Amino acid sequence: MSTATVTGVTGEDRSDLSKEESRRIRQRSLRLLGSLIAPMRGRVIVTLIVVVISTVLQVAGPALIGIGVDQGLAALRSHDWAPLAWTAVTYLVAGVGGALSISWYTVSSAQISQAILIELRTRTFLHTQRLSLEFHESYTSGRIISRQTSDLDSIRELLDSGINQLVQGVLYSGFIAIAIFTVDWVSGVVLLCSLVPLYFLIRWFQKRSQKLFRIQRVASAKLIVHFVETMTGIRAVKAFRKEKRNEREFGGLVEDYRKVNADTIQLFGIFDPGLVMIGNITVAVALLIGGFRVASGSLAIGSLLAVLLYARRFFDPMEEMAMFYNSYQSAAAALEKISGVLEEQPSVPEPANPTKLDGAHGHVRFDNVSFHYKPGRDVLPQFDLDIPAGQTIALVGSTGAGKSTLAKLVSRFYDPSVGSITLDGIDLRSLSSEDLRRAVVMVTQEAYLFSGSVADNIALGKPDATMDEIRRAAEAVGAHEFIASLPDGYDTDVNKRGGRVSAGQRQLISFARAFLANPAVLILDEATSSLDIPSERLVQQALQTLLADRTAVIIAHRLSTVAIADRVLVMEHGRIVEDGAPAELIGGTGRFAQLHAAWRDSLV
Amino acid sequence: MSAQQSEETDRPTPAAAHHDTGEGLNTLASIARLYPYLRPALPRIVLGMVAALLASVVSLAIPLVLQRLVDGTLLHRGGDRYEVIGAAVAILVLGVAEAVLISLRRWFVLAPGTKVEATLRNGLYNKLQHLPVAFHDRWPSGQLLSRAVSDLNLIRRWLSFGIVLFVVNIVTIVVGFAVLFYYHWLLAVVMVVLSIPLWVAGYFFERKYHVVARRSQDQQGDLATAVEESVHGIRVLKAFGRGRHALQNFRAQAEELRGTELEKARAVAGLWLWLLMVPDVAFAVCLGLGVWLVSDGQLTVGQLLAFFATATVLRFPIESIGFLLSMTFDTRTAVDRFFDVMSTPNLIDDPASPKHIEKPRGELVFDHVHFRYEDSPERFPDLVDGIDLTVRPGETMALVGLTGSGKSTLTSLVPRLYDVTGGSIRVDGVDVRDLTLEELRSRVAMAFEDATLFSASVRDNVLLGRPELFGDDPATKKAADAQLAEALEVAQAAFAYDLPEGVETKVGEEGLSLSGGQRQRLALARAVAAKPSVLVLDDPLSALDVDTEARVTARLHDVLEGTTALIVAHRPSTVMLADRVALLENGRVTDVGTHSELLARNEHYKFVISSLEDEDEDDTGRTNENQNEEVDA
Repeated sequence: MSTATVTGVTGEDRSDLSKEESRRIRQRSLRLLGSLIAPMRGRVIVTLIVVVISTVLQVAGPALIGIGVDQGLAALRSHDWAPLAWTAVTYLVAGVGGALSISWYTVSSAQISQAILIELRTRTFLHTQRLSLEFHESYTSGRIISRQTSDLDSIRELLDSGINQLVQGVLYSGFIAIAIFTVDWVSGVVLLCSLVPLYFLIRWFQKRSQKLFRIQRVASAKLIVHFVETMTGIRAVKAFRKEKRNEREFGGLVEDYRKVNADTIQLFGIFDPGLVMIGNITVAVALLIGGFRVASGSLAIGSLLAVLLYARRFFDPMEEMAMFYNSYQSAAAALEKISGVLEEQPSVPEPANPTKLDGAHGHVRFDNVSFHYKPGRDVLPQFDLDIPAGQTIALVGSTGAGKSTLAKLVSRFYDPSVGSITLDGIDLRSLSSEDLRRAVVMVTQEAYLFSGSVADNIALGKPDATMDEIRRAAEAVGAHEFIASLPDGYDTDVNKRGGRVSAGQRQLISFARAFLANPAVLILDEATSSLDIPSERLVQQALQTLLADRTAVIIAHRLSTVAIADRVLVMEHGRIVEDGAPAELIGGTGRFAQLHAAWRDSLV
Repeated sequence: MSAQQSEETDRPTPAAAHHDTGEGLNTLASIARLYPYLRPALPRIVLGMVAALLASVVSLAIPLVLQRLVDGTLLHRGGDRYEVIGAAVAILVLGVAEAVLISLRRWFVLAPGTKVEATLRNGLYNKLQHLPVAFHDRWPSGQLLSRAVSDLNLIRRWLSFGIVLFVVNIVTIVVGFAVLFYYHWLLAVVMVVLSIPLWVAGYFFERKYHVVARRSQDQQGDLATAVEESVHGIRVLKAFGRGRHALQNFRAQAEELRGTELEKARAVAGLWLWLLMVPDVAFAVCLGLGVWLVSDGQLTVGQLLAFFATATVLRFPIESIGFLLSMTFDTRTAVDRFFDVMSTPNLIDDPASPKHIEKPRGELVFDHVHFRYEDSPERFPDLVDGIDLTVRPGETMALVGLTGSGKSTLTSLVPRLYDVTGGSIRVDGVDVRDLTLEELRSRVAMAFEDATLFSASVRDNVLLGRPELFGDDPATKKAADAQLAEALEVAQAAFAYDLPEGVETKVGEEGLSLSGGQRQRLALARAVAAKPSVLVLDDPLSALDVDTEARVTARLHDVLEGTTALIVAHRPSTVMLADRVALLENGRVTDVGTHSELLARNEHYKFVISSLEDEDEDDTGRTNENQNEEVDA
């Protein structure tokens, strides 16, 4: 099987990857990791050196106590203060030095992980924005959001605590083992023997905890979704008397969550004392063997003391180390998925050498264009269309006739499968997105508002707009009235309860946004569908002046819009079946004349 | 907000992080309010404390054994082997006992902690469900969520861990220091004096960390929102070429988060500095002093060894005090926040002596109805300002008016989502406030403009108002299928059968995401399936395209034949469903009549509903009359 099967995001959900495929994905994510770490190589090395030093200093303590007791005491008995003083001062220096260096290490490692995170966040965000609509429509918003939120969180968790714990834990326990061997190798062997039960305990814990954490995450997510759904849908809950059923359902989820929490606590309730027990037994055995040897004179009392103090500490970082594997696994999976998204190529790429476009006129031409999502199934069969600069076109036809697709081609959300679309004679594919978007703006039915004020949302059309320009744009499309009546006028946060705006009002805001952007070509895809009639009338009036000197493509079900069009295109099954001035078509006997008559009847 | 995140939010808002000196008692009094919930758990919590205390005593006893051994045998060459064995066995026994006791402690507090948490969580949820919509308008769901999840998690951890360790560690420290004094007073004094900075540092670190961690969490939330918006709004961003702009905002937010995270790291680094340095300084001093004391004969080697071993045992309890104290204060805040909600009175509830509608006919009467939102400013008149309107049994009444004229508000008064602030609403002659909520809401069904679907199958969503149709016996199933088919057909929602698992497909937050129009049609089907005597539809077709709307309207027309209905309408096509139309202006009904009557006699009606181009009068000026327009909720 070829490795191309797992390019990009394909294969993300498969659990049956072949060895070769898994290797490819692993390498891809390692390359990504490498490229993130590379710029900070220097700092990483220095930080590692510091953590080694700091651990050595921390571990020195018990050995120094042993030396103090064995040599310091002996020397002191012969009135020689020096060894004791030296030992105490060394202890002091080691303690202070260890503390200082560990605290430097904490900050430095945070700087490294934060730098990695911000780079990864930015790259993913930017790449997501670059990827074309085609990708977004098939990959779904939920997944691309997870890549950038929960997946990045797992990586953050690993970097934040996981790595620190592992590095410190491994070094700490490692150095303690070395210290014990140095002080007394027999005790070292005792310690080594304790590793056997320790290994089994940790492995058991890892397996159980990994499973439990997964169940816990699912249980808590379910609980939260149910809770939020109830609270945000409280009207429907009340109106349809869902309270009792909710009580049962939620009660069940609470119980599931409680059980898995209890299981998790229980797991730790066995693991933690287990570590203590292994530690204590190790101490007891070390004491037994060491005690015999001290009694027989083959071991200094101070050495035994140091060994005993060390032995308990050896087990301190074990819990964190056991937890590391869990966070490592989820982070690795997350990185694999992110690297997949980053590998995707935009199907509507930026030109390498864009043609410059200053002050577009708005002459749009479809030359021999056809379009399909899947080869062999043309959504728009081959056609030509010439829209002179300044003309307003109304696209009419039933749902699925291809109107939106045509609009998306003009705004280059998609590229034509065959042929070319030009703006003022320049192929859209050779325009920089900056120039293209300045010249062509599309307003869609789902008027999306970003969090922030109403003014911010309008200003999206022109980021450097003054408050005055924003207000004028709102006035021009008839949005000023309702905006002024919001709690804080233009500064009202669109997400705050008091500022909740209706679908129609959202459309007015996005209209104002487009007005402010002032493009040469304006595309309106069902952009007035949710307006109430008085507002729609205002918008119609505004459009008359707004569209006077620019090219416009309007898709509207309600044919009132047609009144302001210079030209009507009727579409059916992806083909343009009628093309002419509105009056001409209404007077005729074609499809449009029928539609128009039916529509007029519906008004009274 | 992702589930993961909120699960980990274990710190309440910093706003409540101020504590004056008399706070200790207040805190305990505040937490004591949990007593009724706690009572069944108390015995086990006390047993847990006892186990923990014994574990501490055992861990403090181990050094004593060492001391005996060292001083008794080991210092004298050729000492007694049996004593060594005895000591090792003693330590083995004590060590095993310690582990068992720790395990017991966990086991004792396990059940009460999680059970109390579950009880509190269910209690909070049920309370919230019964609080009126007005309460939910004031409280964003995120706020409520953090109470239900993180606050209660914190309370659980405090119960099964915080309070136990707090009490036990204080006792351990006192006993431990007593033991240190028993070994030698001078060394003990050094340890006592030097442990004070640890308490102080620990406490202040926690307070500071708490604030920063909270901020970091908020910023992570904001960053997640920015990501979500950049994805959901990608068409807008692409259409206007604002990707770079969005990136800049995102980058700025990410930088801010990085700043906070580094601040957090610096706080942790500061704590580490103290936690590691102070004990080591103390140990260094004690090492020097101790060895000198031994050489001076004031102390034995065994005692010095035991001293260090004991001091090592005491390190964790000492370090933990600041943290536990801080946790206690946080728990107090969490308890306060819990009771904030629990003590809110429920103003919309069943009446003390409910009436009952004997013969439902479906008459709906608005009698001098007034309504204003609690928090609406004085200068605004009532949103619903004295409405008199009678909808006869079986009649369909359309509500028409400009945005803000009070149409939606009026509809939400019928099933008592809000209560009138003046006048009354009667269904079949009975004031809605005299009916049980159960009866009222089974007589009245609603569909909202923003259609809410729950995370359940299409079937469960549509049949929500018909609990009697949930059952496994064949007869019920058959009836349910028939009802479902009928409702889906009326709402032109047959698309549901083509979903991956047909009508069993899960929709809503956790399921398949549907378009706005699809959701609206399912919500409409739900209202229709409820077979109410009064059907209230708040602009139920706004998100449908014209073709679908026409088909739904046609089918709905038949259904409404025998049902009393109140429909908010924005389009002539919807108005056509109604027998009569009520025109609303500024919270009052200014005209009632058939569509053609109103069209003929009422200019304002024409202005609101007719989109024909033939009115040449200057209608636009009229919108200015609505100075106090408010957004329909």
